[in-house]
Amino acid sequence: MNSRTEHAPIIQMKNIEKHFGAVIALAGVSIDVYPGECHCLLGDNGAGKSTFIKTMSGVHKPTKGEIVFDGTPMNFDAPRDAMEAGIATVHQHLAMIPLMSVSRNFFMGNEPVKKRFGIPFLDKDKADTVTMQEMRKMGINLRGPDQAVGTLSGGERQTVAISRAVYFGAKVLILDEPTSALGVRQTSNVLATIDKVRKQGVAVVFITHNVRHALAVGDRFTVLNRGQTLGTAQRGQITPDELQDMMAGGQELATLDDALGGTV
Amino acid sequence: MSDATQTPPPPADERIKDISPLRQALIRPELGGMVGTVAVFTFFLLFAFDSGMFNAQGVMNWSVVSAQFMIIAVGACLLMIAGEFDLSVGSMIGFAGMAIAIFSVTLGWPTWMAIIVTFIMCCSIGALNGFIVIRTGLPSFIVTLAFLFILRGFTIYFPQKLERKTIIGGIADAAEGDWLAPIFGGKIGQGLFQWLGDMGVIDVFERGTRQGQPVVDGIPMLIVWAIGLVIFGHLLLTRTRFGNWIFAAGGDAEAARNSGVPVNRVKVLMFMFTAFCATVFATCQVMEFGSAGADRGLLKEFEAIIAVVIGGALLTGGYGSVIGAALGALIFGVVQQGLFFAGVESSLFRVFLGVILLGAVILNTYIRRMITGER
Ligand SMILES: Nc1ncnc2c1ncn2[C@@H]1O[C@H](COP(=O)(O)OP(=O)(O)O)[C@@H](O)[C@H]1O
Ligand SMILES: [Mg+2]
Repeated sequence: MNSRTEHAPIIQMKNIEKHFGAVIALAGVSIDVYPGECHCLLGDNGAGKSTFIKTMSGVHKPTKGEIVFDGTPMNFDAPRDAMEAGIATVHQHLAMIPLMSVSRNFFMGNEPVKKRFGIPFLDKDKADTVTMQEMRKMGINLRGPDQAVGTLSGGERQTVAISRAVYFGAKVLILDEPTSALGVRQTSNVLATIDKVRKQGVAVVFITHNVRHALAVGDRFTVLNRGQTLGTAQRGQITPDELQDMMAGGQELATLDDALGGTV
Repeated sequence: MSDATQTPPPPADERIKDISPLRQALIRPELGGMVGTVAVFTFFLLFAFDSGMFNAQGVMNWSVVSAQFMIIAVGACLLMIAGEFDLSVGSMIGFAGMAIAIFSVTLGWPTWMAIIVTFIMCCSIGALNGFIVIRTGLPSFIVTLAFLFILRGFTIYFPQKLERKTIIGGIADAAEGDWLAPIFGGKIGQGLFQWLGDMGVIDVFERGTRQGQPVVDGIPMLIVWAIGLVIFGHLLLTRTRFGNWIFAAGGDAEAARNSGVPVNRVKVLMFMFTAFCATVFATCQVMEFGSAGADRGLLKEFEAIIAVVIGGALLTGGYGSVIGAALGALIFGVVQQGLFFAGVESSLFRVFLGVILLGAVILNTYIRRMITGER
């Protein structure tokens, strides 16, 4: 466990502030995300979780603060920049296109091509083979690569999106509430996928407001509350009850301060 | 909960449900078009075989009409799959034809220049449609409805202003000896058809100035364009990465953007391609008739959309097939001309159109449910 904390963070968010007009969505949030770890972001609705990861993935520019990626300060102008740097985001509802096949979805935006008569045609064989193979790795047996994503369960769709991001070389994988709309079994599938991805050395940022989901796979836990954070706790330094109380808001702040053991 | 009542899943995968080959065959956008084509041909072969519909002239007759529908259906199909509509197609046909007439007859430009300038102008208007839709976020239905009126208005205004009439003729004379005009107005395969006539496979004229010539003396370039555009559209959609972007842009623009698909570029290009197809239609028509009229292309936008829907495309975008749209156009042409051959009151064609449109939309909704598993 301790050896983990020694290696360098892949991404450091330093005192990130984000204002939307008069609304202060983020009032100075800092976290360090490490490769091979799952960093859980918890917090109630409206706490600023989505806004925070959007500054990380290039959707929003932070009003103040610094993003350091792999040791160099970064200034993402567009999601494309973050993607090219290796930061992939899986949005809850906007990841997959139900009417398109799994293989077409998997390679959407990164389609493999093969030249024939000098014309770059879609390399469907490659797309299909890779898709089947990557899906099998994640424990999803497809009827065929042409199966429409619409026929997959919500959990399977998340898994396709996650394995796609990993296949295309994501170093940081951001998952915005991937389990919030899922049933028990589908949730456990997604959590198992997160575990597999983390073991491949990818840094995972996992947003949830379910403490049990967070504790099942998390290595570090950061709770956001009204755009602020009380700091980050490591696995084993915090009990489920403490985490739950922290989520619930202000009342228990005094006890939490102790629980976090000075990392605040 | 429901999990408890399930039997333990087999080690392979419980998620794989056997899907019957029939059901799998049903989940194809072309299905409606294929069934419809077979049904329509069966019907007319049974009830109108002796009407002349299936001799060389008859076949050429409905082939030309179907080819016209196909040319605009290909554009409308790709655009609809990309998630947008173009209601200005019909007006664009009138506008493009009139532009060629004014450039070549009124202004006296060489025909090739008139055609090329018209293509550039019309594709730019298509791009403008696309830019407005993308920049404003308005539904393309409204934006292109505006252009339906704007373009039709200009198509009536300019010839009246310049020539004091709404039909401009003399295009064929102006195009005499032009190198580009035959690409739209010419015919191919004359030698073959003469040979077929000589062999007695197809009828030849018995008397008159064309005595000895076959009644069908070649394949009009219109049909060549139609086939070419269908093949191009089909390959583009199913075999290229751009085709994947078309599906993605129409399926869910936001998800596509998140995956790095240049959605705006795809949509603008599809608006331009639709305008291109309308201009091809107009150029072929103007070269064939030798004149341009201010009322050409009326209602063509709806006919194109109906052909595309019969071909299995979803009005909501993200799903469809160029082959299906081509079959939709074929059904369209065969029925329209077939009713004529069979001596049926032509107003009944509209009744047929409405009924088949409704049927196709209902079938498509059902197929969509099967694909996405929604109820
Ligand atoms: N684009 C925006 N413009 C204005 N206010 C916003 C915008 N995005 C988020 N907010 C506000 O910021 C706060 C945090 O929202 P969000 O990050 O979505 O919370 P969470 O994901 O934790 O539920 C909310 O009060 C929300 O209304
Ligand atoms: Mg959120």
